[in-house]
Amino acid sequence: MSEWLENHLPKMVLAPSFIAVLVFVYGFIGWTAWVSLTRSKLLPRYEIHGFIQYDRLFASPRWDTAMNNLFIFGALFIVIAMVLGLLLAIMLDQKIRTEGVIRTIYLYPMALSMIVTGTAWKWILNPGLGIEATVRGWGFENFSFDWVVNPDFAIYTIVLAAVWQSSGFVMALFLAGLRSVDGEIIKAAQVDGIPTWRIYTAIIIPSMAPIFLSAFIVLAHLAIKSFDLVIALTGGGPGYATDLPATYMYAMAFSRGDIGQAASSAMIMMLVVFAIVVPYLYSELRAKTDG
Amino acid sequence: MAPILDIKSLYKNYGTTEILKDINVAIEPGDFLVLVGPSGCGKSTLLNCIAGLEPISGGSLHIGGKDMTHVSPKDRDIAMVFQSYALYPTMSVAKNITFGMKVRGIDQATQDRKLAEVASQLQIEQLLNRRPGQLSGGQRQRVAMGRALVRDPKLFLFDEPLSNLDAKLRVEMRSEIKKLHQTLGASMVYVTHDQIEAMTLATKIVVMKGGVIQQIGSPSEIYNRPANLFVADFMGSPAMNLIPAKIRQNGGDAQIEITRSTGAPIVFHDPKAKGLPEDVILGLRPEDIAESGFRAGEGVQEAECQVEMVEPAGADTYVVSELGGKQVTARMHAETSAVPGQSLSFAFDLSKVSYFSTGSGERLN
Amino acid sequence: MADLAHSTPRSQSNLGRIALRWLLYILLAVFALYYLMPLFVMVTTSLKSLDEIRTGSLVALPREVTFDAWKTAWSGACTGIQCEGLQPYFWNSVLLAVPAVMISTLIGALNGYVIAQWRFKGANLIFSLMLFGCFIPFQVVLLPMARLLGMMGLAGTIPGLIFVHVIYGIGFTTLFFRNYYVTIPSELVKAAKVDGANFFRIFWSIFLPLSLPIIVVTVIWQFTQIWNDFLFGVSFSQAGTQPVTVALNNIVNSTTGVKEYNVDMAAAIIAALPTLLVYVVAGKYFIRGLTAGSVKG
Repeated sequence: MSEWLENHLPKMVLAPSFIAVLVFVYGFIGWTAWVSLTRSKLLPRYEIHGFIQYDRLFASPRWDTAMNNLFIFGALFIVIAMVLGLLLAIMLDQKIRTEGVIRTIYLYPMALSMIVTGTAWKWILNPGLGIEATVRGWGFENFSFDWVVNPDFAIYTIVLAAVWQSSGFVMALFLAGLRSVDGEIIKAAQVDGIPTWRIYTAIIIPSMAPIFLSAFIVLAHLAIKSFDLVIALTGGGPGYATDLPATYMYAMAFSRGDIGQAASSAMIMMLVVFAIVVPYLYSELRAKTDG
Repeated sequence: MAPILDIKSLYKNYGTTEILKDINVAIEPGDFLVLVGPSGCGKSTLLNCIAGLEPISGGSLHIGGKDMTHVSPKDRDIAMVFQSYALYPTMSVAKNITFGMKVRGIDQATQDRKLAEVASQLQIEQLLNRRPGQLSGGQRQRVAMGRALVRDPKLFLFDEPLSNLDAKLRVEMRSEIKKLHQTLGASMVYVTHDQIEAMTLATKIVVMKGGVIQQIGSPSEIYNRPANLFVADFMGSPAMNLIPAKIRQNGGDAQIEITRSTGAPIVFHDPKAKGLPEDVILGLRPEDIAESGFRAGEGVQEAECQVEMVEPAGADTYVVSELGGKQVTARMHAETSAVPGQSLSFAFDLSKVSYFSTGSGERLN
Repeated sequence: MADLAHSTPRSQSNLGRIALRWLLYILLAVFALYYLMPLFVMVTTSLKSLDEIRTGSLVALPREVTFDAWKTAWSGACTGIQCEGLQPYFWNSVLLAVPAVMISTLIGALNGYVIAQWRFKGANLIFSLMLFGCFIPFQVVLLPMARLLGMMGLAGTIPGLIFVHVIYGIGFTTLFFRNYYVTIPSELVKAAKVDGANFFRIFWSIFLPLSLPIIVVTVIWQFTQIWNDFLFGVSFSQAGTQPVTVALNNIVNSTTGVKEYNVDMAAAIIAALPTLLVYVVAGKYFIRGLTAGSVKG
C-alpha cells in the first residue's frame, strides 16, 4: 500500500493543478465557445444557433473600430518598442559607466500597473493643463497637442504610453541577448578587423533571432490583452475611438449585458492569440524534447 | 554461499525500445563486479535497476537471498555513489553523511559514532562542517563514499564515480577504492566505461554492448580469452590487433596465411587452428608481438615485416606495420632498432592467439 | 561578451571617438528624461495645490509643497459614492495579494518539483497544457468564472479573487520552478531515495533549501502581477472589496465635483508604491522573473 502511494504520489500532487487547468482554462474556453454559438443575452442560454453572434460581431461598427485599433496599436506598439528597445540595448552595451542606474530608470515603468501609467499619461496629455498648455506657456501660442481627446489621434496616445511602459523591458531582453553572444566569435571578428557596427549588424543581431521572436511574442500578447491602459487613459473614448477588443468584450459582458457578444468577441481574441503563440510554443517545446 | 546479488533474465524497456535484454549475473559476497561498456550500452540502467531507481520490465532480482524485484530503493539495503557525487548542496558534509540515518530515525548517539568512524576512515574529519560547494573534486568524492560507507549496506553501487576527476586523482582514488574493498570485504557493483578501471578493480567483469551481456569473467579471462571481436577490441589499450587471415588445413597441421604490404604472405603454423573455417580474424595483443630475439617460447614464430611507424612511449616503443590490410601494433622495448620504411623481423607469440569468426565475430578457439 | 567598446578600429580618429561617446551619453540622458518625466510630473503635481496646478506649468517644481492631496488620496477621495480614499482598497489588495502569492508559489514549487524531477509518462503533456494556460487572453474565461464564483457564493469577495489569482497564476509559478529544478541533476533525488527519504522529505530537506533565488523571483513576479491586476479586480469585485487599482481608476474617473489632479497623482503613486518598492529593493530578481516569464517556455 505505501509502496503504491510512494509511486503515485508525484501524480497525485500534480493532479489538482492539472484538473484545475483542465476545468478553468480548457473547460472555460469550451464554455465560452459554446455560449458564443447561442442567442445568449443577459443570461447564458445553451441552445446552439450557429454563428449568429459572430455575424452580429462582424457587422458591428464598434467591433470594426476595435479590430482596426488593435491592428494600428499592435503594429505601432510592437515595432516602436522593439526598435527603441534594441537601440537602447546597443547604446547601453558600450561600456557605459552608469549602466546600472540607467537600466533601472529605463525599466521601472514595467513595475507599474497599467492603471497608474494610464492615469499619469492622461494628466500629462490633457490639453488644458498638460503638455499643450505647458508648451503654450513657453510662448508657442499655436502649439496644439490634443491627441488624447481627438478621435483621430487618441489611439496613438495609447501607443505612446504603452511604449513608455514596455520598451525598457524589451531593452532588458535584448541586452541579455547581446551579452550572451559567444565572446570568441566577436574576438575573432575583431582580429579580422571588422568594424564595430558591422560586428553588430552581421554577427550579433542575426544571432539574436530567438530573442526577437520572444520579444515579438510578449509584445503581441500584451497588445491583444491591453485593457487596463485604455480604461485608465481614454476609457475607450472619445466615443468608441480607442476601443480595443478587450474593452469591447468587457463592455458587452458587464455593462451591456450581451453575453453572446462578449463570448464571441473573447473567442476572436483567443484565436488571434493562438495564431501567434501556438507556433511559438510548439517550436519551443519541440526544441526542448529534441535537445 | 548464496549469491549476494542474483539477477535472472532481467529485461528493461522504455516504451518499445529494449534497453536491457536477458541479463543474467550473480556475484558472491565480497565480489567486486564491474559493469563495463561504451556509453549507451545499458550499464548505468542496469545499476539503476539493481538500486531500484528504475523499475524492471521482466525477470527477477535478489539481494542477499531476498526477492527485491519490486522493492523500493530504501528497503534494498544498498548504498550508492554517483558520478556527480549528488551531495546535498545545502547540507554540511556531516549532515550529508548522516542524512540517511536521520531519515531512518536512528538515534543521535549512533549517528555521531558512525560519522566519526567513517570520517576517520576516509580522513575527512576536518571537512565535516563545510558545504559541498567548498570542497575540491577529490574531497567531494570522499564525502560521497562516506555517505555510502556509513550505511554499512549489503551491497555498494558505484556509478562511474571517478569520471569527473582529473587523471592523477583518478588513479589515486582508484587504488583507495580497491583498498577499501579489501579491508571491508564488502560486495560492490561498479559501473565504468574505462576498461583500465575495470581491469584493476574487478574480481569479476561484465562487458556489455547494446543492452546485451557480451562476456562475464575474471579480468584475466576477459583479457586473454575475449568472447568476441567486440570484447577483444574494447578491453586493453592499445587495442588487440585483429588481422584478417586465411586458414589452410594441411593434414595434421593448420597453416595461417596473412598478407603483407610487401612480399609474399606470412605463413604461420598453429595446431589450434585445426578445423577452423577458411576465413578468420586473428587476434593478437601488442605485447604478444615483439622484436625477434626478445621473445622465446613454444608458440613464437618470426616473420619480416615492413615498419610503417615508430612511436616511443617511454618504457616501450610501439612499432606499427601493415598486415592483412590492417595496422598492426607491436609493443617493443624502448631501444628497438625499428626504423620507419625499413623491414624488421617480428616475433609473434601464437600461444596467445585468439581466432574469431569473420561473420558472427564469436571466438572460435 | 567581448570588449567591443575597447577596440574601435584605429582608422577612426580620436576626436571622432570622443564626439561619438558624447553623443551616446546625451542620447542615453534624453531617454532617461523620457522615462523619468511622468514620474517627476506625478510627484510634483501631487505636492502642489490645485490653484498652483491651474496657474503653473506642468514641469515646474511646486512653489509651495503641500501634502494635502496625499491625505485626501489616502483617506478622503471619492470612489463613486464612497469617500474614504484609497486606504480600505489598499488593504484589500494586501489581503488579496499576500495569500494568493503564497498559495500559488507553494503549488508552483510542488508542481515544478514533480515535473522536473519525478518525470512520469504524460508529465510533459501536462506541463505543455499548463504553459499554454499562461497565454490565453483572460477575457475568454471571464464569463464562466463570474458564474462559477456566483455559484460558489464567492462572487464579489476577496476569497473569490484569491481563488482566481491562484488558478491563473499556477501556470507561471510552475514554469518558474520547473525551469529552475530541471537544472538540478536527477542524481540528487536518486541519492536521497537510496538514503531512504520519501517524496515530501526530499522536497522539504533538499529542494526547498536550494530554492531561495527562484522563490524570490516567483514571489516578486506573482506579487507584481496580482497587485497590478485590473481585469479580474474590476470583473469579480463589488463595492467594498475592490483592489487598489480599481479604486484608483474610480477616483480618477469619478465625474462628481472638481477634478483634483493632485489627488489623482497622489493616489496613483500610492497604488504604485508597493511594486515600485519591490523593484527598487529587488530589481535584479524582478528582471530575472520578467525575462524568465517571457523568454523561455
